[in-house]
Amino acid sequence: MIQVRLATGGVDVEFQAASGITALFGAAGAGKTLILDAIAGFVKPASGRIILDDAILFDGASRLNLPPRRRHCGYVASHWALFPHMSLHDNLLFPLAGFARRERHRRVKEMLDRFGLHDVAPRCPHEVSPPERMRATVSRALIAEPKLLLVDEPATGLDIASRAEWHKLLRQVRDETSVPVLLAARDPETCFELAGNMLLLDAGRILQSGPPRKVLDQPVSVEAARLLGIRNLFPAEIVALDPGRDTSRLRLENFELTGRYLPGRLRGDRVWLCVEPGQLLAVPHDGSKPSMNQVPVRLGRASEMPRGVRLEFACGIVAEVARRDFEPNRDNKEWLVEFPPHALRVLGCP
Amino acid sequence: MPLDWSPLWLSLHYAGLATVFAALLALPLAWLLAQRRFPGSELLDAAATLPFVLPPAVLVYYLLATLGRWNLTFSWHAAIGVSAVYTLPVLLHMMREGFEAVDYSFENSARVLGAGEWRTLWRVTLPLAWRGLFAAAVTGFVRAFADFGATAIVAGNARSDWLLLPVAAVALAGFYFVSRVRRGPVWA
Repeated sequence: MIQVRLATGGVDVEFQAASGITALFGAAGAGKTLILDAIAGFVKPASGRIILDDAILFDGASRLNLPPRRRHCGYVASHWALFPHMSLHDNLLFPLAGFARRERHRRVKEMLDRFGLHDVAPRCPHEVSPPERMRATVSRALIAEPKLLLVDEPATGLDIASRAEWHKLLRQVRDETSVPVLLAARDPETCFELAGNMLLLDAGRILQSGPPRKVLDQPVSVEAARLLGIRNLFPAEIVALDPGRDTSRLRLENFELTGRYLPGRLRGDRVWLCVEPGQLLAVPHDGSKPSMNQVPVRLGRASEMPRGVRLEFACGIVAEVARRDFEPNRDNKEWLVEFPPHALRVLGCP
Repeated sequence: MPLDWSPLWLSLHYAGLATVFAALLALPLAWLLAQRRFPGSELLDAAATLPFVLPPAVLVYYLLATLGRWNLTFSWHAAIGVSAVYTLPVLLHMMREGFEAVDYSFENSARVLGAGEWRTLWRVTLPLAWRGLFAAAVTGFVRAFADFGATAIVAGNARSDWLLLPVAAVALAGFYFVSRVRRGPVWA
């Protein structure tokens, strides 16, 4: 259990993290790495307090600041930072200086077995494959049995295969050890796949925290939604609400839409409307009158996606359609986009 | 006349010792300047750079003025001392760069893995920085070995039994030149 309250270099946060993986997620420069560094003791915060289990690591008021070696944290740096001049075996031995000889070797052997590194243990970090390097780093961070594991997810250098490997490794850490993990995540997918809890950071502040699913489904603000990569955010005004028929009417800039009833909202509220690109239906416009919730728009750009085609329309609407629906209408410019009522979500005030 | 190699051996000996002394001083200073920001660190850096900026003659004049008090002038000690001071800035700057070239995340990793500052220095920083440090030592040695100005002033041809290579080389060149002039112009 870690309790953090700290302010330093534009970051001002307060949070707790218990067992499992807690993900810090935010754009580059939001302060994720700085928070990890402050907990590990590389950076001295201007003020605040950091408590790990029952030990105070840092307290600004009483000027207590434990050096990194006495904080009992494991740290996985974003480019692994395995000592290049030592073999993997020696890298694993490094944190065990205070242990008896037999204990040292027992632990190294156990870690090598557990992370499948036995064959490559005598090699240096630059002689092994990237997945082996990441496993070695994590095992080195875990070998002295830290009370908290800080993981700075690499920003680059993870291709699709190593990303899967990376997720598998984190899952293994989460399931096989009881160490709480604080993960500076660069990729929302990692959060949703692994984290039990996530903190959404923006410019050094926590915008929202909670289980990843909930954060994604219910972003508290339009900034939070943008950080999560949600497209199709439009300012709207609620012009009608009818709980009896379970309908609502929203006025956007150029058109009106009908959605489901919005509990807890009032007529005249200004809100943000948000629709997943995959839930929009797009059909070529043949000149007929648009039916309910259909909006005629002009196609700006069509880009190929791994599964389907992304259509970016002139007024900022983004829709994703299957390739077989798009191919016959490749040259068509005028489209009708339909907003299904169940797909409309409404976020806080603009 | 058999070739007299003694100025070379003497110069190697003397430049080597000067480099060792300068390195002993420069190594901890460079580490300190690379790793820590403390009040006066910039001042220290500037002071250590001063011998680099001053012309050798000026530098040596002041050093001799200081050393003269202890009656060390024109001795082995003075020659090595002057050369060490003369070499120090090069060593310091290159060693600092050598230390700074080590990615701090390696050192931070060592610290968080339970190593104190000494252990971090011995097990991580020095093994990773040694190329830079070695290059610094070589450059410093070359500077101490090949410099004429400082050497000539402190250890000029005051005693014929210890002639240093740069001085000997210049003297030889002078001798050659004079002998050519005496013989008359080549075009005559």
